[in-house]
Amino acid sequence: MDTITTVGTRGRVGEATPRIDGEPKVTGAFAYASDLHREGMLFGATLRSQVAYARIHSVDTSGAAATPGVVAVMLGSDVPGKNRFGLNFFDQPVLAEDVVRYSGEPIAILAASTPGIARQAIGRIAVELEELPGVYDMEKALAPDAPRLHEFGNVLRHVHIVHGEPDTAEADVWVDGYYETAMQDQAALGPEAGLAVPAEDGGVDLYVATQWLHVDREQIAPCLGLPEDKVRLHLAGVGGAFGSREDIHMQIHACMLALRTGRPVKFSYGREESFHGHVHRHPSRIWMRHGANRDGRLVTLDVRLMFDGGAYASSSPAVVGNAASMAAGPYEIPNVRIEGTVVYTNNPPCGAMRGFGAPQVCFAHEAQMDKLARALSLDPVELRLRNAVSTGSVLPTGQVVTGAAPVRELIERCVAIPLPEPEPDRGRDLMHYPGGAGNVTHGEGIRRGVGLAVGYKNVAFSEGFDDSATARVTLARTPDGPEAEIHTAAVEMGQGLYTFLTQVVRTELEIDRVELHAIDTLIGGAGSTSASRQSTMAGGAVQMACAAVREALYGRARARTASVPPGAELALGDGWVTCDGAPLVELGDLLDEPVSCEAVYHHRPTGNLDENGQGDIHVSFAFAAERAVVEVDEDLGLVRVLQVAAAIDVGRVLNPLGLTGQIEGATAQGLGLGLMEEVQLRDGVISNPSFTDYLIPTILDMPPVVSVAVEDPEPGAPYGLKGIGESPTIVATAAVVAALRDATGRELNRAPVTPDELVGLRGPATTSGPPPIPEVPGQKSVPFYFGMSSGQQKIM
Amino acid sequence: MSYLRPTSWAEALAARAEYPEAVVVAGGTDVMVEINFGRLHPSALLDLSRVGELRALGREDGHVRVGSGVTYQSIMRDLPGELPGLAAAARTVGSPPIRNRGTIGGNLGSASPAGDCHPPLLACGAEVEIASVHTSRTTPVADFFVGPKRSVLGPDELIAAVWVPAATGPQTFSKVGSRNAMVIAICSFALALHPDVGRVGTGIGSAGPVPLRARAAEQFLEGHLGETGAWESRPRLGDAVVDEFARLVAGAAQPIDDVRGSADYRRHALGVVARRSLMWCWDEFRGGRP
Ligand SMILES: Cc1cc2nc3c(=O)[nH]c(=O)nc-3n(C[C@H](O)[C@H](O)[C@H](O)COP(=O)(O)OP(=O)(O)OC[C@H]3O[C@@H](n4cnc5c(N)ncnc54)[C@H](O)[C@@H]3O)c2cc1C
Repeated sequence: MDTITTVGTRGRVGEATPRIDGEPKVTGAFAYASDLHREGMLFGATLRSQVAYARIHSVDTSGAAATPGVVAVMLGSDVPGKNRFGLNFFDQPVLAEDVVRYSGEPIAILAASTPGIARQAIGRIAVELEELPGVYDMEKALAPDAPRLHEFGNVLRHVHIVHGEPDTAEADVWVDGYYETAMQDQAALGPEAGLAVPAEDGGVDLYVATQWLHVDREQIAPCLGLPEDKVRLHLAGVGGAFGSREDIHMQIHACMLALRTGRPVKFSYGREESFHGHVHRHPSRIWMRHGANRDGRLVTLDVRLMFDGGAYASSSPAVVGNAASMAAGPYEIPNVRIEGTVVYTNNPPCGAMRGFGAPQVCFAHEAQMDKLARALSLDPVELRLRNAVSTGSVLPTGQVVTGAAPVRELIERCVAIPLPEPEPDRGRDLMHYPGGAGNVTHGEGIRRGVGLAVGYKNVAFSEGFDDSATARVTLARTPDGPEAEIHTAAVEMGQGLYTFLTQVVRTELEIDRVELHAIDTLIGGAGSTSASRQSTMAGGAVQMACAAVREALYGRARARTASVPPGAELALGDGWVTCDGAPLVELGDLLDEPVSCEAVYHHRPTGNLDENGQGDIHVSFAFAAERAVVEVDEDLGLVRVLQVAAAIDVGRVLNPLGLTGQIEGATAQGLGLGLMEEVQLRDGVISNPSFTDYLIPTILDMPPVVSVAVEDPEPGAPYGLKGIGESPTIVATAAVVAALRDATGRELNRAPVTPDELVGLRGPATTSGPPPIPEVPGQKSVPFYFGMSSGQQKIM
Repeated sequence: MSYLRPTSWAEALAARAEYPEAVVVAGGTDVMVEINFGRLHPSALLDLSRVGELRALGREDGHVRVGSGVTYQSIMRDLPGELPGLAAAARTVGSPPIRNRGTIGGNLGSASPAGDCHPPLLACGAEVEIASVHTSRTTPVADFFVGPKRSVLGPDELIAAVWVPAATGPQTFSKVGSRNAMVIAICSFALALHPDVGRVGTGIGSAGPVPLRARAAEQFLEGHLGETGAWESRPRLGDAVVDEFARLVAGAAQPIDDVRGSADYRRHALGVVARRSLMWCWDEFRGGRP
């Protein structure tokens, strides 16, 4: 079967190490999930609702079932176990039975002998629907007379944080702002795909591109009515994820059809279905009021934020927890009130995407910092420096920053990066003008602007989750010398994790040859590859397993050679066990039997928010600063980004090549939200579900990214590392839009900025003031108080 | 699905007549997308990519005959001197792979209001040569489009070539899009000055059900240039003239709001690019006069 086994021989932690999956991916040899194949397999297809909110009166599958080549058609009533799944709560049906709550929601699935027949047969399923008045606006979801989309109402979670005396704090200068960000698609290049193979024991083997094998299994098994050990997941090649693969998409559907037909069943979404098949970044509305002293010290902050969670919970409760707890930005503010709500609507569900709630609030707090600097006639860099958090600072949740927090250094190093060389207005290569290939300006109307943004992101899961990671390292003798094998369920999705894990083994065991075992659920979970956590977590587990392997080798060495004096120091070097620096025994001689050790890495425990939103809820933090330089054609509203300067808090550089890749990629994704990326909705229906109309930046839209890595080791983390997959995304959107404001003098309070706004044809996003604060039983998600079980809590 | 792949023009026309239900495919950059999206379920494909005649460029009577199978890449490489407007448009299309495969005939065949060849062809007064086994006819580009994605092409007809007058004056093409490459036009504009006959040509893309000419703008400018003897004296153009031209271009558009942009923005942007296009072309025509 298609596994991902690779042997690498080069690179220790800190060295520029080529990706072990780089060559196969570049040459096309790498098997992505969409390449999965089994003799005799069937092809699955999904019937999805075309309307956002409706009662289902009847579903007639006879036409589809009678289509030659169709082997099985299944509905919600055919789900063998319970017809509910979800990351935080089991609130989402595998197949809608009585109601559909969003456009794109699956209603029926079928398996057929070819993809074409499957697609055709889907068109022969007749559904009788009665459309219901839906909720498409997050503020309207709070209205007392709004349709109630779930038994527990429309409020999914409300987070209330009070720190200091926000109601009575006095300030010299006040700045108000209202901000909106749009729904963003992760736009992973590989659409969702997987293959379910029925097994002889009545179970099923699922090969799938996912971010978290074990949480998938937690949700799949109960729906199939199978014990977990009968559901085995194997990682298929992942073509990017960015959060979009944390949720279930085709997993349960494929398993149901495979078990029903007794044949392997493959699902492989096209681009349009992918837009409907995964969660997106939450659209947000954020109201902020900052108060500062005349000397530029922040005194108080009032935040009201709303996130549109869409029709089902996904990870929305955790996202709004993040957004609320980090809404003040990386600044010390003694008095803070933050009210954060995420609601259910009839829009497509939102969930995890790179940054997980932080990009939205960063967009708002950084715009506020610039406004405040203007109000104080203070240099915006200086204002940020004066208020930046550092180790020992207290956050709005009362949490003390105990780890590395080199925020001032990030800001200083970022703005010290030289600005791009001035270019003549006339006579440039067309590609160097706003509008690029379009030939719309030869220098007319061009204004330059510079913007800075600083932000931060929690590393690993928060609010009491113990998202541990397991790894096994096995060292064996081979004709080519000792070779280690890593077994983990941690997912590589393009960010370079597996390369890093091999670097860990080489560093810890002083050997060259390291291989990766196929990634599956036959070993303990590794948690999600998300939340900037997997290098820390899986890396930590591999490091611990290596330490155990080392101890086992020393034991064998001692047992074998009588000459080791008590108290002598054993070490590994160059394929030998050494004793006080002198070669003692060659590793190969100790490996008549392989050594195999498993370890589980836990991050430090975190707590929950109390009734005032106080709590030690985050593990640690990664900070970032970016400065964008843009040119705007002020007559056409078209943009060219000339440069992004980045200073990133990395803890320790693990692989310089990988670091550059992450900073550039993350910056591109943030730039996309600032300039063009928006899932457009009309009555809950996505009107641009294609790469023709949902635009992501091309290479001509991406500027050179000049980055510096600030190394300030994180205490307690393996090698002092911090994950950096998210932090550049968070600041990029805010920095680019700040530069556009600088260039145009316009308010630009909504991301993405459109050409209409840049030329003044469309004004800023408006508000009639923050909505009322909903009444909720407590800080946790509302469904929790209704006795809904949580998906993730159980696995932890 | 049957697959027809003629190797000569005569065979192609015969196949077209015999299988009118077959979908014609040249570069396939539109057709394959439609098939992949499930919007097109052809029972047969008629592939023109082996018909060598269609890739030929010819010259006759001050016209360039551009075979319908000529790619954007070829237009950019081979025609920037003779057909600068069309070459400029070709440069804005898609990405290198699309420009290597996509053809001018396919652009016309799709008849999208956003097709980038259309505005410069309108501005140049090009004609489309259409053939069937029985007949051959030419149609002015302005009459070729009859609605969004609809043209006058009959079921047994193929586009043989496009006849474009070789440039006698400056030409330009601008495409407004919300990304700096690989983008469908929010709106586009082509301008061609024909000083030999005292004419001005325009073309507007993506701002109406079909590609449009801004006739009032053309007539206004022709009138002004003619009456003031400007074709001969080549003076600077006053702001009032440029503004009026831009206003008339914007007014000729029939834009709508859609996922790519608003009608207001389209009209506004057309005014801006019309003004700039006129400045560029007129400056070039003045040839560095003070
Ligand atoms: C990624 C991408 C980017 C693109 N970017 C642009 C862009 O920037 N600007 C733009 O204008 N277009 C763009 N397109 C659309 C497309 O590339 C162009 O319309 C191209 O000119 C189509 O040419 P083709 O040879 O590939 O046509 P095909 O796809 O082969 O055919 C297109 C249509 O024309 C018909 N046809 C083709 N040849 C003939 C003929 N000789 N006689 C009669 N009918 C014929 C076909 O039946 C079909 O209906 C893009 C497409 C893609 C996929």
